[in-house]
Amino acid sequence: MKIQHALTAAALVALSGLAQAQVDPLHVRSWAASCAACHGTDGRAQPGMESLAGANKDDMVKKMLDFKAGRKPATIMHQLSKGYSDEQIVAIASYFAAQKK
Amino acid sequence: MQRRHFLQTGSALGAMGLVSGCATVGGGSGPKVVVIGGGYSGATAAKYLRMWSEHKIQVTLVEPNDAFISCPISNLVIGGSKTIADITTPYDNLTKRHGVTIVKDRVNSIDADKRIVKLAGGAELSYDRLIVSAGIDFMWETLPGMNKADAKDKVMHAWKAGAQTVTLRKQLEAMPDGGVFAMSIPLAPYRCPPGPYERACQVAEYFSKAKPKSKVLILDANDDVTSKGPLFKKAWAERYKGIVEYRGKHRVTDVDAATNTLKFEFNDDLKANVLNVIPNMRAGDIAVNAGLATANKRWCEVDFLTFESKAAKNVHVLGDSIQIAPGMPKSGHMANQHGKTCAAAVVALLMGKQVNPMPIYNNTCYSFVSSEDVVHVASVHKYDAEKKTMLTVPGSGGVSSAANELEGRYAHAWARNIWADTLA
Repeated sequence: MKIQHALTAAALVALSGLAQAQVDPLHVRSWAASCAACHGTDGRAQPGMESLAGANKDDMVKKMLDFKAGRKPATIMHQLSKGYSDEQIVAIASYFAAQKK
Repeated sequence: MQRRHFLQTGSALGAMGLVSGCATVGGGSGPKVVVIGGGYSGATAAKYLRMWSEHKIQVTLVEPNDAFISCPISNLVIGGSKTIADITTPYDNLTKRHGVTIVKDRVNSIDADKRIVKLAGGAELSYDRLIVSAGIDFMWETLPGMNKADAKDKVMHAWKAGAQTVTLRKQLEAMPDGGVFAMSIPLAPYRCPPGPYERACQVAEYFSKAKPKSKVLILDANDDVTSKGPLFKKAWAERYKGIVEYRGKHRVTDVDAATNTLKFEFNDDLKANVLNVIPNMRAGDIAVNAGLATANKRWCEVDFLTFESKAAKNVHVLGDSIQIAPGMPKSGHMANQHGKTCAAAVVALLMGKQVNPMPIYNNTCYSFVSSEDVVHVASVHKYDAEKKTMLTVPGSGGVSSAANELEGRYAHAWARNIWADTLA
């Protein structure tokens, strides 16, 4: 388990660099806006759904990768997370982390 | 301070819209976008255009209705666990918070060459870019009997949430126990693929509590249930045993509203106490009349990077009116996604920036199999540069393993969030 965590962390660092180097921030904003239908405009959610605005980026990335790998149970996010590359997940998480709560 | 400034700008523009008469509306500086229709796609586009242009783009939303009434969740009004007020949201935050000018009127015509929208009230709106969010209208010509006097007042479609939703509920309340509710479903594509099956569950739950000897008959023109099939069939077999009966391959060819009778292509006539006829659909009249419905004269083909019409320059079409990409449902959630993708593209086009070459968005659709338990279908859609369309991402998406109450709570949270994302 520990090795897996270490690997994930290392992968995250590598992915973060990649995502920031390549993707136009305005396009990342558009990707993130797709999450807003459930998680609120800019990630500021209405009651009953998790807010993403201002959340910790690494926590969000880990959660999404865990959903994607089937490590974390979900009603729907295990299915939606599989539609996004790891790089896209990092980029979108970075966007939400930078929004004010 | 900034917000107050926008407020004033918004109301000033609004006033101009009201007093303009036959003059062309549109003062101030900055590019002008007119949005026709304040549904899930149009209202979202209007809000995000203002947000993402940092209020540099002037946005006028033309919408004849006083308030937004949501189609998603409207089946719960028919089932009786929600009221029409619960699914109604005013438009005023689009003006107060975002400075969208709202003109309460209908569109008569679009002149794409002159870039002018002509309104029923006589005013003309000029635009740099136009967004048509016209929803759906019905192909009444395929059901001749429905064009007779009073037929449309008696037989509800309730496929645009509002007065029809309320009337259908009243008809069910007035129906005697032991009666039959018959609902016909058109061939796909139609707005909200799982909607009719959810409605059958909602009516069945009401009958099971209030009128247990009554029946729900589903008459589907499609071969089989078009969405979440095993989950709906399980609900009908287990929760609503003896109440719901599903019949596929039942294509309605006419309706006799006077006798509450459905006529079919291949099957015997069927009479019911309450009829709910969901007619064949096409893009909304405004889009069709403007020549935008290029696919089979029913749906509007668009460029999926910008949602610009393939038939008219500077005109974008969103939501249920479009010729969908493979695997893309006509849903409120999807329309909200169209609205943002188009808003981002229009901002880029008007501000001289690069249009996002790789849109990715998702669809999430919850259906209530009872007033509390819910099943979902979800998908992720990504632009394919080679095929120039949106495709579902392999391995993504799926449905609920079983109906459950947790997703019932999520479904209500989804509604609160998407209504706020679209309108607040």
